[in-house]
Amino acid sequence: MSIRVFVPRDTTALALGADAVANRLAREAAARGHSITLVRNGSRGLAWLEPLVEVETPIGRFAYGPVAPNDVTTLLASGLLEGSVAHPLALGLTEEIGYLARQQRLTFARIGITDPLSIEDYRAHTGFYGLEAALQREPQDIVEEVKASGLRGRGGAAFPTGIKWQTVLDTPADQKYIVCNADEGDSGTFADRLVMECDPYMLIEGMAIAGLAVKATQGYIYLRSEYPLAKEILDEAIARAEQAGYLGDNLCGSGRAFHLEVRLGAGAYICGEETSLLESLEGKRGLVRFKPPLPAIEGLFGRPTVVNNVLSLAAVPFILAEGAEAYATHGMGRSRGTLALQLAGNVKRGGLVELAFGTTLRTLMEEFGGGTLSGKPLRAVQVGGPLGAYLPESQWDLPLDYEAFAAESAVLGHGGVVMFDESVDMAEQARFSMEFCKVESCGKCTPCRIGSTRGVEVIDRIRANQNREANLALLHDLCETMVDGSLCAMGGMTPFPVQSALKHFPDDFQRAANGDRS
Amino acid sequence: MNESREWSSQSIQAEINALKHKPGALLPILHALQDRFGFIPSDAVPLIAESLQQTRAEVHGVISFYHHFRTTPPGRHVVQICRAEACQAVGARQLEAHAKARLGIDYHQTTSDREITLEAVYCLGNCACGPSIRVDDSVRGRVTPEAFDALTDELQTRPLEVMG
Ligand SMILES: Cc1cc2nc3c(=O)[nH]c(=O)nc-3n(C[C@H](O)[C@H](O)[C@H](O)COP(=O)(O)O)c2cc1C
Ligand code: SF4
Ligand code: FES
Repeated sequence: MSIRVFVPRDTTALALGADAVANRLAREAAARGHSITLVRNGSRGLAWLEPLVEVETPIGRFAYGPVAPNDVTTLLASGLLEGSVAHPLALGLTEEIGYLARQQRLTFARIGITDPLSIEDYRAHTGFYGLEAALQREPQDIVEEVKASGLRGRGGAAFPTGIKWQTVLDTPADQKYIVCNADEGDSGTFADRLVMECDPYMLIEGMAIAGLAVKATQGYIYLRSEYPLAKEILDEAIARAEQAGYLGDNLCGSGRAFHLEVRLGAGAYICGEETSLLESLEGKRGLVRFKPPLPAIEGLFGRPTVVNNVLSLAAVPFILAEGAEAYATHGMGRSRGTLALQLAGNVKRGGLVELAFGTTLRTLMEEFGGGTLSGKPLRAVQVGGPLGAYLPESQWDLPLDYEAFAAESAVLGHGGVVMFDESVDMAEQARFSMEFCKVESCGKCTPCRIGSTRGVEVIDRIRANQNREANLALLHDLCETMVDGSLCAMGGMTPFPVQSALKHFPDDFQRAANGDRS
Repeated sequence: MNESREWSSQSIQAEINALKHKPGALLPILHALQDRFGFIPSDAVPLIAESLQQTRAEVHGVISFYHHFRTTPPGRHVVQICRAEACQAVGARQLEAHAKARLGIDYHQTTSDREITLEAVYCLGNCACGPSIRVDDSVRGRVTPEAFDALTDELQTRPLEVMG
């Protein structure tokens, strides 16, 4: 009988040589007279073990990683195909790897297990149960279920998803839209990418349910152009879902319609902001719109539109299939369910960690992350993307909870956790925050457009030791002006990382640039 | 290269016609043109404007708003270096300096042999295994300066027949 061997095909596995490993495995197994079936699965999200090769055995899947092409010969010789644990790269049963076993995988329950494009695999792992349940229910009922789950938007603003849907449902229109925000621009985040590359039908299902809930028949996935593989996989998944009746004019024979199309962004961070995104989808420059009107009332092409992050929509099939209660039992306070955390930067064991809200940052970085990659002491961590504060050690015991973070002027955002060791120069990081804002500002308002340009100059002067005290005072003022006077969070939050660097790492602003760390 | 990257008014118009019926067609059209020709030829602007009943200034405005679109032909390969924070934390700044010195060009420039155009990018979604770069459509992780040299050597010397 042919043995099933899994070699992931997500961007990270491929970036680390998974194709070469797969080719080598196929060739050498054949040369040894073994019959294997190579499955290109999604990633388990254990990025530091990629490429993570798995072998199916009667007692479960055994894992090996990180596998380089040159390891294949010795892996086969030591009994990889029987699930032997003799090789130094052997990790035992995949499900028992601590990093995975200690997570609460609700949204990411399937990733890495299935072939991302196989509808049969998806169905075999409870796929489309949520959609089938939704087809039996009234729109208002579906919205109630999502409200009861306590789900809050995972794109950054944490707005209750059910309430947003209610507004769209309540607004009459000839056409409504579901727009998935797949712009995932925050550095340190890749959970949306993992959903799209490793479990695309879950997103399709979530969007179809949203369509039923608010009576929208057209959906768009606005995908960043930096994700070519996600585009390829989504396009194929949509085509197959249409073929199988999970998209199109007649969802599962119900007579109800939902159409879906992927649209590519074009390298503009601001197009992750929902109104800028809508402008971009309409074929315009991504200038942020004034609110009101809310997109839920006047969104894409002026019609009521649900704009939700990938992870918000991906959480919905579980909620409909298992019930709101099953989701809401996880979490703390007003943060219900699970959060997809992404460990990135200078981290030994980077990857996706899905946990109920409430774990501390320190637990995450130490027990999961295993400390820094360099082995040097951890110094700062930026949570929530380029607009998120840099947190010093005194804040690492914060529980991962929206309100707890907000109380410290920090944000969870999209769950990115970027770790820096002691070699980081926080004045240089502050400068980058301003530079990024300058590059990515949509230009609509002055505090953001001009403020970020001035911010770079002022930090340069501080680092060059020109009139340091006066320039530090100027930088503080500038930050306040940006916070108070910007139309959106781009200009309004860029000061967060800058101010946190100034507050918690003042020494870095007291020495000259270019390496003088004495 | 299978398809000719030479453009003509006809081939531009064909790409426009295939997409102009879509709601919000401008970005899909610009992507199609850049995918096919490597950049947006200036002659495309009046054709797009005409087809979508917009002004040339509007079309220009959109092209220049988005970092992804380019209006001059790139080299045979486009190499993007991730400049964002997670990659900075594992040496992206050093890699960036190394790459510029090695290729003798800055961002948005092309090597004199026309093989490589260097671009900056802010995150490729490979943040747990940086520094990351993208070469055409494939992402590479854990890119050391040595790995970068090996890669660019390969790009600059590979025989023509195997270029994809
Ligand atoms: C500058 C900026 C960038 C943003 N980028 C993203 C993004 O890449 N993805 C995302 O889902 N939301 C992003 N957001 C948040 C969106 O505006 C919006 O809140 C979100 O898409 C709503 O979906 P949710 O309720 O499911 O989170 C961004 C906001 C700002 C101000
Ligand atoms: S704050 Fe910046 S990005 Fe936001 S609307 Fe103003 S100029 Fe545009
Ligand atoms: S920050 Fe470089 S890949 Fe995300």
